Amino acid sequence: MATTFAKAAVSVEYAARIEHVSKSFAGPGGQQLVLDDISLDVAPGEFVTLLGASGCGKSTLLNLVAGLDRPTAGSIATDGRPALMFQEHALFPWLTAGKNIELALKLRGVAKSERRGKTEELLELVRLKGAYGKRVHELSGGMRQRVALARALAQESKLLLMDEPFAALDAITRDVLHDELTRIWAETGLSVLFVTHNVREAVRLAQRVVLLSSRPGRVAREWTVDIAQPRRIEDAPVAELSLEITEVLRGEIRRHGQH
Amino acid sequence: MASTETRTTTEEAGSVEAGLDALESSVAGRPPLRQTLREKVLPPVVAIAVVVVIWQGLITLKIVDDPSKLPSPGAVWAEVRDAWLKGTLLGYIWTSVSRGLFGFALALLIGTPLGLLVARVKFVRAAIGPTLSGLQSLPSVAWVPPAVIWLGLQPSMMYAVILLGAVPSIANGLVSGVDQVPPLFLRAGRTLGATGLRGTWHIVMPAALPGYVAGLKQGWAFSWRSLMAAEIIVQAPDLGVGLGQLLEVARTNSSMAQVFLAILLILFVGIAIDLLIFSPLERWVLRSRGLLVKG
Repeated sequence: MATTFAKAAVSVEYAARIEHVSKSFAGPGGQQLVLDDISLDVAPGEFVTLLGASGCGKSTLLNLVAGLDRPTAGSIATDGRPALMFQEHALFPWLTAGKNIELALKLRGVAKSERRGKTEELLELVRLKGAYGKRVHELSGGMRQRVALARALAQESKLLLMDEPFAALDAITRDVLHDELTRIWAETGLSVLFVTHNVREAVRLAQRVVLLSSRPGRVAREWTVDIAQPRRIEDAPVAELSLEITEVLRGEIRRHGQH
Repeated sequence: MASTETRTTTEEAGSVEAGLDALESSVAGRPPLRQTLREKVLPPVVAIAVVVVIWQGLITLKIVDDPSKLPSPGAVWAEVRDAWLKGTLLGYIWTSVSRGLFGFALALLIGTPLGLLVARVKFVRAAIGPTLSGLQSLPSVAWVPPAVIWLGLQPSMMYAVILLGAVPSIANGLVSGVDQVPPLFLRAGRTLGATGLRGTWHIVMPAALPGYVAGLKQGWAFSWRSLMAAEIIVQAPDLGVGLGQLLEVARTNSSMAQVFLAILLILFVGIAIDLLIFSPLERWVLRSRGLLVKG
């Protein structure tokens, strides 16, 4: 009934294993079921997007996997403590960009002498060389999310959870960040569980797209995306699969209009 | 795969990104000195000059014709010069300021952990939270009689009054600062592994700093007011002559010019400490977070 973070020493065949997870919250009309019997595995190194309309509980599920909340029923196991990125950058404004990343290293127990060097490496990885001393408010939206990504990577988790991290960005910046995320994912061998309501974004990024139905959230369907990376959001195969998924998603949403 | 040629390579993505970064970053600089002088320094100087001119006008035009009610600016200035030449002026100021700052430092040491406890421990908040904020509306002069009875005519009595005035302000400032910490920071902190005391130290305290500094500022104002109330009421050889005692002595001597001198010094010290210590501290905290809008 709780999220367990497996010890890193134990080798496991999954990055995250979600088994028969349900979650309900106390609402105005009694207990409200938000997630209903969700089972989902994320393999090591796999990129999975969770797709769904409002009210499908995708952010709730991510919080459960992150260990910020407990499931009502079922169990979740992850390979170590996962890193989490939010829609808002969630960088600490009292620290510089570099110090934000160093704090993550410090909390992980990295020795002081190694922190600065590792931070510079991470900044270089997200192409923000020279941004170490910048204050958060001096950075653009896209730069802030890249620092947030670097901070999440600093945790050296096997699993990166992303909660609509690019939803608040303009289209051009988002495209660029898709490229960056794909590159970094390929370079680091991370497992990613990425939540979005944007079908094309889901197809652009993922190896596997999992569609959740709404109220309560259930796994409605899954697609494996067999399109070679690097992809672009305008590519014909991406558009084609997006269209197919959108049709199913619309069907799911339509059900809520008919009683 | 018709779009192979148009596909952005990794390098191209990088250069697009560099362009976006350059376009969207803002560069903030300090305004030139002349502008600061014109916009920040000139207005208060003009306001003070206007007050002095009106004051002198009241005397010159004989609208107020009784020096025991309203001394002229010249007479007050003569008192300032006199005290300066006798070498007592800085002594009065130092007696009060050293007491005030030491009392404030004590209040800081007590108010900070108290505020943290109230903010973070539910039971403590329910138990003493309302009393603590209620105490802020109790004029600290009310503590002078019991402090004299408990501690006698000793300097410790002054510090007791300062503490009772300033500790609630500092603690309450920290409590409201902690209450206003965005939940997102706490969640982000928890995913990074900052829980318990580490969370308090690395996330909660720095995030609550703006509210805390506002509490410190108010705490200083309360310290200073409490001290002056105590000094005006309590006169004893052991307590020396601070600005409050100076005011009371002037009243018993019916020297209105000296009364004005004492009031002006009390006001001056309060403002100076705020301008020299607390305002820069507050501006630094807000500016480093991008919360200070240039006006």
